[in-house]
Amino acid sequence: MNQDRRDFLARSGKLLFLTGAAQLAFESVLRGEPEAAPNYRTTDHWWGMTIDVEKCIGCGNCVRACKEENDVPREPSCFRTWVERYHVPEGDIERPQVDSPNGGYDGFPEKYRAGDGSKNFFVPKLCNHCAHSPCVQVCPVGATFESPDGVVLVDKKYCLGCRYCVQACPYGCRFIDPRTETVDKCSLCYHRITKGLTTACCEACPTDARVLGDLKNPKDPIHEFLRTHKVQVLKPQMATGSKAYYNGLDGSVR
Amino acid sequence: MSDGLGHKGHLVRVAGLYAAGTAAFFVLRAFFVPAGFGAYGHYRAGAIDDNRARPVAFAGRAACVECHSDVPEAAKGGPHQAIRCEACHGPLAGHAADPAEKKAVRPDPRVLCARCHAANVARPARFPQVDVAEHSGGESCTTCHAAHNPKEPPPAAPPDPQKGGTK
Repeated sequence: MNQDRRDFLARSGKLLFLTGAAQLAFESVLRGEPEAAPNYRTTDHWWGMTIDVEKCIGCGNCVRACKEENDVPREPSCFRTWVERYHVPEGDIERPQVDSPNGGYDGFPEKYRAGDGSKNFFVPKLCNHCAHSPCVQVCPVGATFESPDGVVLVDKKYCLGCRYCVQACPYGCRFIDPRTETVDKCSLCYHRITKGLTTACCEACPTDARVLGDLKNPKDPIHEFLRTHKVQVLKPQMATGSKAYYNGLDGSVR
Repeated sequence: MSDGLGHKGHLVRVAGLYAAGTAAFFVLRAFFVPAGFGAYGHYRAGAIDDNRARPVAFAGRAACVECHSDVPEAAKGGPHQAIRCEACHGPLAGHAADPAEKKAVRPDPRVLCARCHAANVARPARFPQVDVAEHSGGESCTTCHAAHNPKEPPPAAPPDPQKGGTK
């Protein structure tokens, strides 16, 4: 009985004074394994990415790296990141021709000719890790969420596979994993960035067209990039709070 | 018909129902709501750690350079110096963890180089690109170019990857 009261007081004390990560850390200290305490603090980070369209060469390294790193099904309907090729005919910005053969996984065989007055360029796409994500708002069970460090994650154990979020994402960044019938999407390589590594796509990008940035770290070069470039987010009219910042984005890109 | 409480019986029965309903709510809630749900928001707190648990496939340049410090030295000043090793060599965290167990495979230059340098109108105009067939005449790129520093000719005897590290 005495022991029970002690337990109760300890537990309620922790609940009262420690929250979230602090409680997790304190539990590993109590277990006698302080080294197991998480030293990555979610509240210290706010992740985003800059994408320089003018640097993208459409090599598809990011697409292949992402599939390797995150065990994404090889089907051409399953991409956590993909690259689109835009062909904007002369004077017709409203009707660009967009293709993405196998998401850019096998590169882009030459299809257009130079000198016809058209504009041609590549646009890498991925989850925009919105601060106000439409996909998170529609999930009926809380299986997708914005983590405290600004990454939109999926709880695969809790996802029902109802596909509401797939429809809600204005950027088409979600797909159903055919093996588990649950939703999958870019996790911004959460298993890497919380260990101090960059994402697989940024690691593999040969021209630094994509660069991961921590907006809460005042020394991160992302601040310099955002200050010195005219960046835009996709579909700004939807007020999603996107944190994928595009430099050199053409008006025809949707 | 009397349960001994008279008119109070009505109140007691309603109060009993209310108490039973409240108890049922807490029992069912404990049963259906997973552990940690709501600690940070409307989601399972453990899902954050689940997302962190995946093993890494790309070791990162720092891990490569620990053994292969000669490569960044050779690439220094060249157009490839800022490219991370695994951009061309593929994910090699397994090799970094146990170089004897998992060998790195030398990529085929004619496939690898063309991925970035084959001419394509959608590529930025200032990016170096060639018509591969015309430029190489079927020859391998590394006959004329050092892979790590393509402005230079290749080293006399390229190190054999089957013999392990280049250092």
